[in-house]
Amino acid sequence: MRTTTVVVGAGHAGLAVSHYLSACSIDHVLIERGEIANSWRTERWDSLTLLTPNWQARVPGLAYDGDDPDGFMDVSEVVSFIERYARLVGPSLETRTNVESVRQNGAGYQVVTDRGVWHAPTVVLATGGCNIPKVPAFATDLPGAITSCTPMDYSNPAALPDGGVLVVGASATGVQIAEEVHASGRPVTLAVGEHVRMPRTYRGKDILWWMDRTGLHDERYDEVDDIKRARRVPAPQLVGKPERTTLDLNALTEQGVRLVGRFAGIADGKAQFSGSLRNKCALADLKLGRLLDTIDEWIDDEGLDGEVGPACRFPPTRVEDSPPLALDFAEHGIRTVVWATGFEADHSWLDLPVLDHKGRLRHDGGVVSESPGLYRIGLNFLRRRKSSFIHGAADDARDLVDHLAAGIGAPAPG
Amino acid sequence: MTSTSEKPAVNGVNVEALLGARNALGETPEAGKFTWRATNEWLHGTHSRSSVAGYFGLGEEHEHKASFGFESDHPLVFAAEDNAATPVEIVLVGLASCLTAGVAAVAQNRDIQLRSVKATVEGDMDIQGILGADPDVRNGFSDIRVTYDIDADASPNDIEALVAQSQKRSAVFDILTNPTNVTVQVS
Repeated sequence: MRTTTVVVGAGHAGLAVSHYLSACSIDHVLIERGEIANSWRTERWDSLTLLTPNWQARVPGLAYDGDDPDGFMDVSEVVSFIERYARLVGPSLETRTNVESVRQNGAGYQVVTDRGVWHAPTVVLATGGCNIPKVPAFATDLPGAITSCTPMDYSNPAALPDGGVLVVGASATGVQIAEEVHASGRPVTLAVGEHVRMPRTYRGKDILWWMDRTGLHDERYDEVDDIKRARRVPAPQLVGKPERTTLDLNALTEQGVRLVGRFAGIADGKAQFSGSLRNKCALADLKLGRLLDTIDEWIDDEGLDGEVGPACRFPPTRVEDSPPLALDFAEHGIRTVVWATGFEADHSWLDLPVLDHKGRLRHDGGVVSESPGLYRIGLNFLRRRKSSFIHGAADDARDLVDHLAAGIGAPAPG
Repeated sequence: MTSTSEKPAVNGVNVEALLGARNALGETPEAGKFTWRATNEWLHGTHSRSSVAGYFGLGEEHEHKASFGFESDHPLVFAAEDNAATPVEIVLVGLASCLTAGVAAVAQNRDIQLRSVKATVEGDMDIQGILGADPDVRNGFSDIRVTYDIDADASPNDIEALVAQSQKRSAVFDILTNPTNVTVQVS
């Protein structure tokens, strides 16, 4: 089978790429291992909602048009939104087709699937950024009586054993799971490493509205000081609830969640936590202060002071005097560990010399320069700070299809 | 060599005083709370000087016989001037000094005469951590190894036991093997 571009993955990013490829009349096919929006259907916990408000759900050719722009979609609504987008884009689509490898084939690529081989001069990888949950190596030292799971196997608190739960990681996933598990009557201890603190709203607007308006979300990968570090920044402590509540560490402390330092290891059947909790919280508080300063300065420059709420600062993150450095699982009644320690993209199926020593794809803003005609979309800060958000796909897809079209001598999408 | 001497061992550690202190603390545990201190001042580049002059313990302030100075710098391969040992080497010094003091004290208590105690310490570190090159690599040591070469009037097993007991009671061994809450602030 031959085509000009094989797009691997039919989520919002793959569909956005398809939209622009069609605009350039570039012949292409989308290959999807499951159904449209597969990871949303199969790899998300029950209560998950987007942390971006509905008005921000916009992809090239489609924007949210419902009656709750400030609300947050749940998983079934996200799936419906992406399905609707798929009907609009109407790509040539092969579902339930697993890509087993991508190989060089002359000047182009051979995309080997479990339902045949495609040949194409160009390939766009749109397989999502969260394929494999990252779990520390010492997880194997957990006492045998402890149940453990990652956010991919986690469905809801009732599916966990009764008793205490250690949630490891305080990015968006960790704080959201910590809150609902604690509310279910399973006392939560939250191990906190580096994290990004954000209030849900600031000066009367959603914090992501400010990040959009001030241009922070549009900051490019080739403009930031340290793109490697920027790509590692964990997802902000936000949750999408109708009440627009802030879910920072102080909110969790008020609910009775106990904070401990980063989970550093297991010794003699005890969990050991780093003594750096105070510093991790101070770093996040300082970083939040800088974000709010940037927003306040922008409001000042735009002369909008009278039109939005007053500036304010949030109280520092409260850390108890001597956070525990070790916990005995049995003694503290901890029955479950939830590893909310991040995800990584899986590129192990690429049979191409484009991965670094840690298996990460080497690319320049999504252009895999070492392998002409190969592209990646949908990774953290791929081309812009917003790259991993749904609304981040539009600009990235346009840029990458521009590059792809130029490479094969097709007119740009414009 | 493990010939046994009839004379009591003399290693220069006043064990009676230490055991007396342990008994006394049973009555007044508050006296056991010590605060150790050091001050540090930047000189130039990565070169700094620390001094250790006094500490708190047994319910009161104490002064060392002198103010002890320590310098630290980074090595030439870090494009620094190498005026003194690096801070991490000083940590290794702390570990070895602590374990050796422990070996001497335990030997004294067990009436083992020491003739020579030598330690070699190695700490492995991947500097991708401190350079921020790889977030999966920790800043600190990934592994520390201490090798003792001990000549004493005791069997190899007793010497092994000396070293094991020294680790069990070592402050620096504990500091390196267990987490500690650390607060750093700007005054």
